[in-house]
Amino acid sequence: MTTKSAGKKPGLFSRIDQHVLRLLLVMAVWMVFMGLTRASRFYTLINFQTMASQFPEFGLMSLGVMLCMITGGIDLSPVGVANLVAILMALFLKQLVPPEGGLPVYAIPLVFVLGALIGACLGILNGLLVSKIRIPPILATLGMSELLTGVAIVITGGAAVSGLPVEYAMTVNNKIGGMLPVQLVIFGVMAFIVWFLLNRTTFGTKIYLLGTNPKAARFSGLKNDRLIISTYMISGITAALGGLVMLANYNSARANYGSVYVLQCILVVVLGGVSPTGGKGRISGVVLAIVLLRMLETGINRFPQISSYYISLIWGGVLLLVMVLDYFSAAGRPGKRRRQTL
Amino acid sequence: MQNNLKKLTKRNETYIALVVLALCLLIEVRSGQFFTANNLVDIASAMVVPGLFAVGTFMVIVSGGIDVSFPALASLTSYATTKMLLDAGYTGGMWLPILISLAMGALLGAFNGVFIGLLGLPAMIVTLGSSSVFKGVMQGALGSVQLAVIPPGMRAFGTSALFTATNPVSGLTSRMPVGFLALIAVLLIAFFIMRYTFFGRGIYAIGGNETSAHRAGFNTKRTKFLLYVFVGMVASLAGLIRTCMMQQNHPTNMLGMEMNIIAGVVLGGTAISGGAGSLTGCMLGTLLIVIVENSMILIGIPTIWKSVFVGALIIIGTGVSAYQVTRAHRIKSSRRLGGEVKA
Repeated sequence: MTTKSAGKKPGLFSRIDQHVLRLLLVMAVWMVFMGLTRASRFYTLINFQTMASQFPEFGLMSLGVMLCMITGGIDLSPVGVANLVAILMALFLKQLVPPEGGLPVYAIPLVFVLGALIGACLGILNGLLVSKIRIPPILATLGMSELLTGVAIVITGGAAVSGLPVEYAMTVNNKIGGMLPVQLVIFGVMAFIVWFLLNRTTFGTKIYLLGTNPKAARFSGLKNDRLIISTYMISGITAALGGLVMLANYNSARANYGSVYVLQCILVVVLGGVSPTGGKGRISGVVLAIVLLRMLETGINRFPQISSYYISLIWGGVLLLVMVLDYFSAAGRPGKRRRQTL
Repeated sequence: MQNNLKKLTKRNETYIALVVLALCLLIEVRSGQFFTANNLVDIASAMVVPGLFAVGTFMVIVSGGIDVSFPALASLTSYATTKMLLDAGYTGGMWLPILISLAMGALLGAFNGVFIGLLGLPAMIVTLGSSSVFKGVMQGALGSVQLAVIPPGMRAFGTSALFTATNPVSGLTSRMPVGFLALIAVLLIAFFIMRYTFFGRGIYAIGGNETSAHRAGFNTKRTKFLLYVFVGMVASLAGLIRTCMMQQNHPTNMLGMEMNIIAGVVLGGTAISGGAGSLTGCMLGTLLIVIVENSMILIGIPTIWKSVFVGALIIIGTGVSAYQVTRAHRIKSSRRLGGEVKA
């Protein structure tokens, strides 16, 4: 079922596949459960708005991780990229404020463009290490992550960069028309772009082929190296945007913010039905998994007697459970199982 | 003689040993403090825990897998052991703590082993998930807090020394911990397993090509399962020794070590895709990371640069070996192509 996604071009929700169905089911069960137990504290507009402003941080990073995983690689550096970009842009924002106060109008768009550019450069660097030098993606992005975190620590001396102009956080944390959080809009636009790339462009078809069988892709005349570099570049951009949203949410930047997001990104991507060996996966599943994860965490927080430390146990458990379920549903169909190493 | 020299220049270990030596000399020249008795003992003592972790990581990487859960596993088992014995008011020797943590390590290792070995799921994702589970059990279910006291038997083990070294100039003394013997023992066991047992050769075979290993008659599922059990035991031993050496148990301060350990193992020439690597190289690579972490302060580099150096080391180290492999492939394939053209 899931293998069809590579060849055909389904719409965002036009054909419901197995993963999406399962996620919808879990989400429905959870929503009913919350409705029965904590309806008054869960089903409020403000709660949903809060959730919608929280998940874009790691949601944006997950989009990039998803693309890398479709090519058969992985990106462990989004948090490193995000923090470094956030720190650089925080320092830049502080420079932009004229002595008499008040941030110029062009500042925020400029910061976003510049941040995305830096993210793209770091992503290209990842891509070069993976494609040209052929370092395995795990190690290349791991090393980059450590290196970027190190650079961030050196720049800041390990302390948080705060005292940002208030306009920045106000703009990004704003709600359009009093309803729609800006963070969600940023996430929505990026998710749409990724969906478009995967399903409506040859780039998408090519990276699915690359992830399914790199040798076949090369003999089909694809420029594998260039494809890998562009994929990691996009991942760098989404990570940088995630960092800029994080900068607004915390109203400060620091080298060790969001360190749990590495695991969360991989978790939602696998949960969303992307195969860790590459070649499979759809954006609808990943977006659903991102929303589901946020709802689970917010829901658990509504039970004060449950320690928030259990969340890590639940996530790890859910990740393993999903993989085992996949294993047994794939085992029923002959020829669908592949040797998996990393 | 010449033959031996040629062999040496082809081995990765030679180069990494030269790099370690060069780094030591650099530090010695800059600070004059490196080749002092107490500094060398300090480095040996700092090697114990990373060295144990590296042995486990080495075996996993040789099998073509990867394990990022060992710090969480070691934290959980060492915390549970210490807490259990404290609650029981245990005052005996070191054997019981070792046995308890080895048993727990085997159990948690088997947890990884079921998913990776028996079900054949990708090791990277499984261990990411299981490290999250272990952390959740430790912090959520056990409600871990820092334990400032440890049972007297463990304390005695941690403070006793094989010998002490004194720096004649500064008068500083360093103890060589008894735990160093554990590292040597585990190294010998691992060396024996990897070289002389069917199980160890199976690990290399699986890392080289799992399907071929299976066809050749190795029980790949059982080998991988037992491998993760063994690695869990080694990691839990490392956690226990760290607790003893630090005289306290801090539940979270081991987390995040996995990156540096993996880096050290890969720097030592272990192929990340599996099937190749030696314990000598693995120890040299770990030594390099330990020296970089411990001795940068001696040459006047502030500690905030640590991550930059470790990150750069990972990229450069893996890059050089990856580039060599690629080049070897290119030369081979171009030769083959050339041959075809001639024919």
